[in-house]
Amino acid sequence: MTWKLTQNKPIYQQLAEHVELDIIMKKYDLSEKLPSVRDLALEAGVNPNTMQRALTLLEDKGLVYSERTAGRFITSDSKIISDLHIELANNYTELYFNEMKSLGFSTEEILTFINKLKEEENE
Amino acid sequence: MSKLLECKNIVKRYGKKTALDGLNLSLESGKIYGLLGPNASGKTTLIKLINSLLVQNEGEILVDGKAIGVESKMVISYLPDHTYINANKKVCWIIDYFDDFYSDFDKEKAYTMLKQLNISADESLKTLSKGTKEKVQLILVMARKAKLYILDEPIAGVDPAAREYILNTILANYNQESTILISTHLIADIENVLDEFFFIMNGKVIMNDTVDNVREEKGQSIDELFREVFRC
Repeated sequence: MTWKLTQNKPIYQQLAEHVELDIIMKKYDLSEKLPSVRDLALEAGVNPNTMQRALTLLEDKGLVYSERTAGRFITSDSKIISDLHIELANNYTELYFNEMKSLGFSTEEILTFINKLKEEENE
Repeated sequence: MSKLLECKNIVKRYGKKTALDGLNLSLESGKIYGLLGPNASGKTTLIKLINSLLVQNEGEILVDGKAIGVESKMVISYLPDHTYINANKKVCWIIDYFDDFYSDFDKEKAYTMLKQLNISADESLKTLSKGTKEKVQLILVMARKAKLYILDEPIAGVDPAAREYILNTILANYNQESTILISTHLIADIENVLDEFFFIMNGKVIMNDTVDNVREEKGQSIDELFREVFRC
């Protein structure tokens, strides 16, 4: 099964997000070797050149690094990964807050919704 | 980067009808290109010219810097929109035929691909379903180690599952030194495998860009852009 991609965003960005999430969710260990560009491209069902570009983006972020002949590896720095994990959480929270605000709810009301979910979970 | 294919000011007329009207197009090595356009826009005519099945009235086509001829046929692996293969023959006979004909044909690779698809080489082509026939032809084309693969409508007329298989076969056998030109109107299906695309209309290239550029600049897929540009 190929990766799910949307219509309105550059493909390489979506691929980078997909691999980034895999790294954050610990699909790979620290310093583990990533599959080759070719294999990842086949798995995703995309052009290898596009996958190459996605991985270069992750290299720029410091999430992966490449060794000239050996291939690409996950960073050994767990802080880079945990920072991105928090950044992702912040983004989702902000998104939720803004959507709720645009539905006309106040911050207090939004917190009530969240607390209600928390109580339901404790039951 | 060096140009693998160059088409300069190509004009092709059929009687009074002009199919190609000063078309310019060039391909670099190592990329997958989409040749996209509505029916009767000139896609197949262009492909036939590149494969010397037709001759242009004006303009010049260069493959690897040389005019179309024996040498260009040696470096181009071509999947036509209609088959020319004798349907009474068994698949294994056709494979031997290709092996004799093309020095860059990899027989072992062809058999590996057949096996992956559970297609028996002992069956004759005419007993196979339409989708399986298309797969056999694609296998024949992709089993060559060519510089340029030209695929005319490789996914038309097969179901979505077979389409996915065909695209997968194209990707799996593509190496980054070769170039692929895919003509189709099923854009949504092939968009993710393309580097660049050409929109062609009334025998001319009206747009040429990379897929991700369009998405970045317009926030739009090529499929959406196509519907907008070619709105009836």
